[in-house]
Amino acid sequence: MTGGSELPIASNADVVLVRQQVRSAALEVGLSLVDQTKVVTAASELARNALVYGGGGMARVEIVENGPRKGLKLVFSDEGPGIADVEQALTDGWTTGGGLGLGLSGSRRLVDEFDLVSAPSKGTTVTVTKWAR
Amino acid sequence: MTVDADVARRRIEELLRTNEEQILRRWTLITKATPEELTDLYQALNRALDSGGEDLADVRGLLAELSRSRARQGFTPSETSRAVFGLKEALYEVVEEDGGADALRGFIWFSRLIDDLGLFTFETYATAREKIILDQAEQLLELSTPVVKLWEGIVAVPLVGTLDSARTQVVMEKLLQTLVDTGAEHAVIDITGVPAVDTQVAQHLLKAVVAARLMGAECVISGIRPQIAHTIVTLGIEFGDIVTKASLADALAHALRRSGVQVSTPRGTRISVRTEDA
Repeated sequence: MTGGSELPIASNADVVLVRQQVRSAALEVGLSLVDQTKVVTAASELARNALVYGGGGMARVEIVENGPRKGLKLVFSDEGPGIADVEQALTDGWTTGGGLGLGLSGSRRLVDEFDLVSAPSKGTTVTVTKWAR
Repeated sequence: MTVDADVARRRIEELLRTNEEQILRRWTLITKATPEELTDLYQALNRALDSGGEDLADVRGLLAELSRSRARQGFTPSETSRAVFGLKEALYEVVEEDGGADALRGFIWFSRLIDDLGLFTFETYATAREKIILDQAEQLLELSTPVVKLWEGIVAVPLVGTLDSARTQVVMEKLLQTLVDTGAEHAVIDITGVPAVDTQVAQHLLKAVVAARLMGAECVISGIRPQIAHTIVTLGIEFGDIVTKASLADALAHALRRSGVQVSTPRGTRISVRTEDA
């Protein structure tokens, strides 16, 4: 499973589907229960961000390998307005949408690798990886 | 050209009228539908063609009914539209026997008409299915949010599944109404059945607790499993001074203690719970 699966994010129901897909992939990789819950929660946050702030987008779930270690790589992309100040967006408590302001910054703490590419009016792509221990 | 087309069309209409019995028998055989349904449809189609072929309202009405009933009975969409497309095959046999150029040319026209009707059937089928799904989702929403009474003055909301905005709205309304109806002063929100607590779920929970507090009720959140606790801490969500417990039993014990209820076991070994000075 190197190609991974692509899922659209266009409604709240799709966020639930992404979460289910990530959970079953996390099981396949052999993540512990705590890590499973963490990566599923991060997926939930990032998928919802793509939906709420990016007006919908795509999620890709991939199983990656680094030697004997297996991991789960998730890519969330949207073609929304993008993030003007990435530093600010990653600050705890910063929100433009009335949420808790912890989704993006919290997701970064929930995973092992976190990469955010965004530019105003170019959309946002977030790539995260969680490795099995 | 138009004269040709007209002649061809009239030839098909004629064939449909004169071979009604044969076509119907064949059509019933192909589609496995009831002869009554198909006869109604066939006659409506003939009537529509007689009156110029523009007014297909009757045919569409019958088709809509057919696809709706099939959607409810669990037929697949292809089975449903095949019921309509089967008429082409049934008619083709008659056209072949006839063998005339007019009949063959007319068959193309007829085939296009049936394709349109088939697509219409498919669309109605999809709409009917969507409606069924919507109805079920609504029923599920109602079903999945019970508020139960645990003790005099203590109510619990066991949450199972995904907590989205719509669901939380229903839960909150039900909880607040139950607090009014029962006069309960303690509410336990149990999230054992919620698979993941992200910032949105947490925010919804916090709002429910604040709303209950505004009405003078104490809220306890129970069912925080180790992995959930871990995730909440990593995300950085603060529950502030809201009481949280690992299990529903703990939450009930807490609520009983708070309301000053004494619990004793039958064998004389008394476990007494004293009221805390609030």
